[in-house]
Amino acid sequence: MAMNKLIGILILLCATFGLAGAEEVTKEQIKGLDEQVQDIKKDVLAISAELNLLEEKLLYPSNTHIAFFVSVAQDADFQPDAIQITLDNKDVAHYIYSFKEVQALQKGGVQRVFTGNVRTGEHNLQVKAIGKQGGSKKTDTATYAVNKGIGPQFVEIRLTGSGIEFRDW
Amino acid sequence: MSTPYMVMRFRTLIILCLIGVTPVFAAEQNDAALKDLYFGEALFYAYQEDYFSAISRLDTELAQYYGLDEPNLNSLYYHIDHAEFSVGDFELFYRMHNRAGRAIKAVIEGNVEETVRNEAIYRLAKIYYQKQQPLNALETIEKLQGQVPEKIRYEEPFLRAQIYIETGRFTDAINLLNKIENSPGMEGFAGYNLGVALFQSGKEQEGILQLDKVGQVKASDDKVQAMRDKANLVLGFRLLEAEQPDLAKQYLDRVRLTGPFSNKALLGSGWAAAAAGKFDRALVPWSILAKRNVTNKAVQEVMLGVPYAYGKLDVYGKAAILYGQALESFSAEIARLDASIKSIREGKFLAAVIREELKKDKHWLVHLRELPETPETYYLLEMMASHDFQESLKNYFDLAELKKKLQKWQDYLTSFEEIISIRAAYYEPLLPDIEVQFRALDSKMKLRIEQRDKLDKRLKKMLITPRPDFLTTVDERLMLQQLEAMERSLPEGADDTTNERTRQRVARLKGVITWNVNTEYQDRFTEANKHLRELDGDVDELKETYAAFVRTRQAATQSYKGYDKQIKQLRIKIRHAVDQVTQLMSRQGHMIEVMAVNELELRRRRLEEYQVKARFAMAESYDRATKAQQELVIENAK
Repeated sequence: MAMNKLIGILILLCATFGLAGAEEVTKEQIKGLDEQVQDIKKDVLAISAELNLLEEKLLYPSNTHIAFFVSVAQDADFQPDAIQITLDNKDVAHYIYSFKEVQALQKGGVQRVFTGNVRTGEHNLQVKAIGKQGGSKKTDTATYAVNKGIGPQFVEIRLTGSGIEFRDW
Repeated sequence: MSTPYMVMRFRTLIILCLIGVTPVFAAEQNDAALKDLYFGEALFYAYQEDYFSAISRLDTELAQYYGLDEPNLNSLYYHIDHAEFSVGDFELFYRMHNRAGRAIKAVIEGNVEETVRNEAIYRLAKIYYQKQQPLNALETIEKLQGQVPEKIRYEEPFLRAQIYIETGRFTDAINLLNKIENSPGMEGFAGYNLGVALFQSGKEQEGILQLDKVGQVKASDDKVQAMRDKANLVLGFRLLEAEQPDLAKQYLDRVRLTGPFSNKALLGSGWAAAAAGKFDRALVPWSILAKRNVTNKAVQEVMLGVPYAYGKLDVYGKAAILYGQALESFSAEIARLDASIKSIREGKFLAAVIREELKKDKHWLVHLRELPETPETYYLLEMMASHDFQESLKNYFDLAELKKKLQKWQDYLTSFEEIISIRAAYYEPLLPDIEVQFRALDSKMKLRIEQRDKLDKRLKKMLITPRPDFLTTVDERLMLQQLEAMERSLPEGADDTTNERTRQRVARLKGVITWNVNTEYQDRFTEANKHLRELDGDVDELKETYAAFVRTRQAATQSYKGYDKQIKQLRIKIRHAVDQVTQLMSRQGHMIEVMAVNELELRRRRLEEYQVKARFAMAESYDRATKAQQELVIENAK
């Protein structure tokens, strides 16, 4: 009986814990604010897309635009730790990968590792990829002649584990 | 209770809240055949859960794609359905449900494959369900027809059953859940929902049997184990309410001692024993629970439960001491709560939410508790597992990130303006001279091209009307001119032998040239055509150089002209967005603080009530202990 009384008191306490005078947060308020947050996200994303286009147009005009993308073959067990890229004997990119980035690459994501400007004509691209394969360290190097035309030039650098493959896009 | 243990429990709670929203994107199926690098780049960000960058990248790509005259020639064409779908996915994960809904609706209404449409319908229904709009969810899911993609083979009927439960169609839910109860990935979850559906449809006994079955599922997976615990806990409390304490205790004792429901189960197990009058048995789970983290509601409740049980066992002295200890603990916790409330009001909690080190961790909500100088988080454990509070915290975090981005972009615009002014300063003095030279070269080039066209026309005419004279060489022409000059220099009407011989020789030589020109005509014509083609090659090269020059000249002009308006507009938009974000951050922050303080004050009030109860109970226990001792003294004196 006494135990029932105690339980009763505890339940009663829980039920009567209304916060008289305290500021309340209603479901409607949460929902309303959430919708406003969604709206501002939409606006900021629109600004971001506009800024992306402006940046591309201003900094990388199509006649000189060149970009290198890194991908990892999904059937390879190669885990890149770092990549170093030289273009016409100049270092243009040196990137150290985080765990999340390696996972993203292994799932099929493609990383834009460098965007720049070059003249039309042939350019020497050198890539050095350092990573792990089958538990041991592995370093791959490869060179590629990039033929820059009048339009934007995109080169995919594909790390296959057995080497580096290049593909013009 | 140790911190790692608490973190593990909290993580499990959070994971349970997030079940079913693990990032799996529509595009994943198609990765092997990736044909657009920028789409791949969007996925790269999405896989890292950087949804803002993923959406921004994909939005830019889609805007460019739809702006093309012939989008079918663009590499995104191959992924367009998946890109549209993915943008909806990313928006969903970025908690932009309204826009995600619109994007997914567009996929449903678009010209897509049946499986893609069905997946879109499933996702839209899921959005409605998560946003607590079951009728909209039902209307949407019922549009699903034909083949369902393999990856949602079981998820779709699971969601459908959840919607049926919410809309009161329990029999339909039961039928569906029966079919998928043991399907891969559904173990525990489908069975638990089946139990809930049975209870709600009034089939109490079948519901009990169902939850009993779920409560015995063998699993190594954390989430399934948690569901098993939940089934046992729910069943235990249901039986406790139905005044079947012995049976209730059996289920409550099945709950793991380390799971997210263990505290409630230990508390319930003690109450079940106490309800059956077995206070000594109640002390077993309660004593375990009493040693755990004092901030937990169940632990605080059991601090009254343990002395209560001792009192019932007539161990009043111990009960009085334990009530005293409980009072001390409650006072310390009230002081702690006061400090936490003060700290939250000083803005320290919000400052912790946006700390840099949290950004790298997807379990940042969990680790928020581990950060130094954040005492306010001790009591917010359960609140942090609630959907509304989590969403509010994430919104605040996202707003802080947006603000940082916008401020960075303002600097970008300043840099852009600097670049433009440097370019203008470089090109403007050069361009007028270049323009003059260009015009001169341009007219020369036009002249040469006109000459080439004239030659081309003449050669084409000669195909119909041969004109050997057009194909004489320069030497031949000079020789003919010389011979004609010689002929003219001979005196008219003279008839001497020397002049006659000279005339004949000139005629013979002219004849030789005419002979050569006529007999070699075909060869010369072929040769002339060959030279024209060679010239065409040179002209093409010239045109290419010309076009490249025009482009370069245009690019030079475009590199600094025509940006002012766009940059000005962007600056206004960014400034406006910064103001809005700042305002929303302040409102969202205030809301979080109010929610947190309300929760802490609720806990504080509860502790104050416990204090009152403990004081009375302690006094009563001392009285009874004294009385018992006096009775013992009297007894002994007899």
